[in-house]
Amino acid sequence: MARSLKKGPYIAPKLEAVVRAMNEKNEKKVVKTWSRRSMISPEFVGHTLAVHNGKKFLPVYITENMVGHKLGEFALTRTFRGHSTKKSEQSTSKK
Amino acid sequence: MARLAGIDIPRDKRIEISLTYIFGIGRPTAQKILTECEVDWNKRTSALTDDELARIRAYIADLKVEGPLRTEVQMNIKRLMDIGCYRGLRHRKGLPCRGQNTKNNARTRKGKKKGVMFKKRGA
Repeated sequence: MARSLKKGPYIAPKLEAVVRAMNEKNEKKVVKTWSRRSMISPEFVGHTLAVHNGKKFLPVYITENMVGHKLGEFALTRTFRGHSTKKSEQSTSKK
Repeated sequence: MARLAGIDIPRDKRIEISLTYIFGIGRPTAQKILTECEVDWNKRTSALTDDELARIRAYIADLKVEGPLRTEVQMNIKRLMDIGCYRGLRHRKGLPCRGQNTKNNARTRKGKKKGVMFKKRGA
């Protein structure tokens, strides 16, 4: 279900304020944020945000193409280390 | 013989159905085209007059179908892959990207079963 257009996109107010302030001062700092649910607005373009993935802050450089996506889409929460290889599988099944 | 939007030559079927052979035209679009062009849905493709065909052709020329549509879809997928978002990664890996389970099934995206080699008994 898509979000109602009436409400407009959700951006964490605090994060938006920080980015606005940075734009005014024309500086670029890496901003840590937990707000994975925030939509990327055009103001974010060119900044690097450190998005929390539940464990670490992953740096995400925002490009124009990313506008309209959510921050969380760019910071993966799962690690996939691959399936067990044939050798290790045999050794475990012999036990 | 009817040639519409490039390569498509549907024939002997009702025009409503024949039009859906074109990539980018389904039943609703086909019905819309036919009402706008004032052509009977139930007419067979081979029974269409040249005038009717010309009208349909002119209407389809304004739609995005076949080649251009395919490239657009590909570009959209490529965009997702380039920006490194979750959906793009799933496309790269050839896994479903709308949150479906992949423990079982998901065979449309994953392709044919690969299977596990079982050890022979008594070997």
